[in-house]
Amino acid sequence: MATQEEIVEGLANIVNEIAGIPVEDVELDKSFTDDLDVDSLSMVEVVVAAEEQFDVKIPDDDVKNLKTVGDAVDYILKAQA
Amino acid sequence: MTAQRQPAKIQPSKGAPYARIMGVGGYRPVRVVPNEVILEHIDSSDEWIRSRSGIASRHWAGPEETVAEMSIAAAGKALADAGIAAEDIEGVIVATVSDLKQTPAVATEIAYRIGAGKPAAFNVSAGCAGFGYGLTLAKGMVVEGSAKYVLVIGVERLSDLTDKEDRATAFLFGDGAGAVVVGPSDVPAIGPTVWGSEGDKSETIKQTVNWDRFRIGDVSQLPVDSRGEVKFPALTQEGQAVFRWAVFEMAKVAQQALDASGITADQLDAFIPHQANMRIIDSMIKALKLPEHVAVARDIETTGNTSAASIPLAMERLLATGQAKSGDTALVIGFGAGLVYAATVVTLP
Repeated sequence: MATQEEIVEGLANIVNEIAGIPVEDVELDKSFTDDLDVDSLSMVEVVVAAEEQFDVKIPDDDVKNLKTVGDAVDYILKAQA
Repeated sequence: MTAQRQPAKIQPSKGAPYARIMGVGGYRPVRVVPNEVILEHIDSSDEWIRSRSGIASRHWAGPEETVAEMSIAAAGKALADAGIAAEDIEGVIVATVSDLKQTPAVATEIAYRIGAGKPAAFNVSAGCAGFGYGLTLAKGMVVEGSAKYVLVIGVERLSDLTDKEDRATAFLFGDGAGAVVVGPSDVPAIGPTVWGSEGDKSETIKQTVNWDRFRIGDVSQLPVDSRGEVKFPALTQEGQAVFRWAVFEMAKVAQQALDASGITADQLDAFIPHQANMRIIDSMIKALKLPEHVAVARDIETTGNTSAASIPLAMERLLATGQAKSGDTALVIGFGAGLVYAATVVTLP
């Protein structure tokens, strides 16, 4: 099971690879769309990569609730439990 | 004692050993519609449309460019490309979801008007996978022996089923027709089809309102446009769900089609996916790990998403622009409303 810190780091690498955002910009309070320029389609790619990396399922209906990096980290932490 | 009656022996049909695509042709409506025209009805921007879809312009059919007229034009080019006379066509399969005249199937009018005599003629409704479904049926007919040459036409007038005020889909759809002639071959030139349906996802791409809602007479519950007029049925989709399915599930189907044909990605010359969205195409390339040398059809930029017509139109353009050549090996995959999909490997005509 990944810790909060590991999940943030993992998400930062995923966001970097998919959207070209610098790893250090990916912080808990950042909004994917407003701050990180991750649009709705890139968000799907981020979610699928995160599912694979952290061995969790994130259904389409839940994706729209993941506004910030923190939302995604909390979701993955809960889904792992 | 009476003699036991023997079952009658039915003579089997004699088909060709294999089938191939012999020629391809396309028809794009005269009117080019750039993003600026789309933006007259939605609050969006050229940059937003391009970044989300890769589309810069699309063709919309005029009143004279009916489903039949566009099909006949595309079919004529495919026949000429194949070097086959219309009277030798023994099957006409038309894949479409946007012919607003339900009966009779437009395939029969097309068959008659191209001068094909009395071929088997019918429509196929399989959304954006319609061309792959038609191609698979045509291959079966040629190999089984029920037709020597078969025309497969993908044709759409999606502008008739587009909500011009829906910012999620207004820019997406285009009109056009693409056709191929399928005939006998001495070597395998259309691989096994990997196809299927996922009816549990039928709500993700659909028509907004059923036609019968207009017959009931009570239109008060129907959606209205900005002028207060009842909206015509249109195509709508759940963007994120469809994107996830198209990229990640369809990449698996595409790989299965390669495996079924015994072809590796390295052996491919061209990749002709349904032109749904440039972002889907780009992501599929990544997921499939296609090598750089593979020519990728990106017809969507100036044609939009033309559903069943997109693969033959993209195939024609890839060949016409010299990005691919006759004899090349191409992976084709269609996927869309149903949800349905069909993928195979073909030798280009």
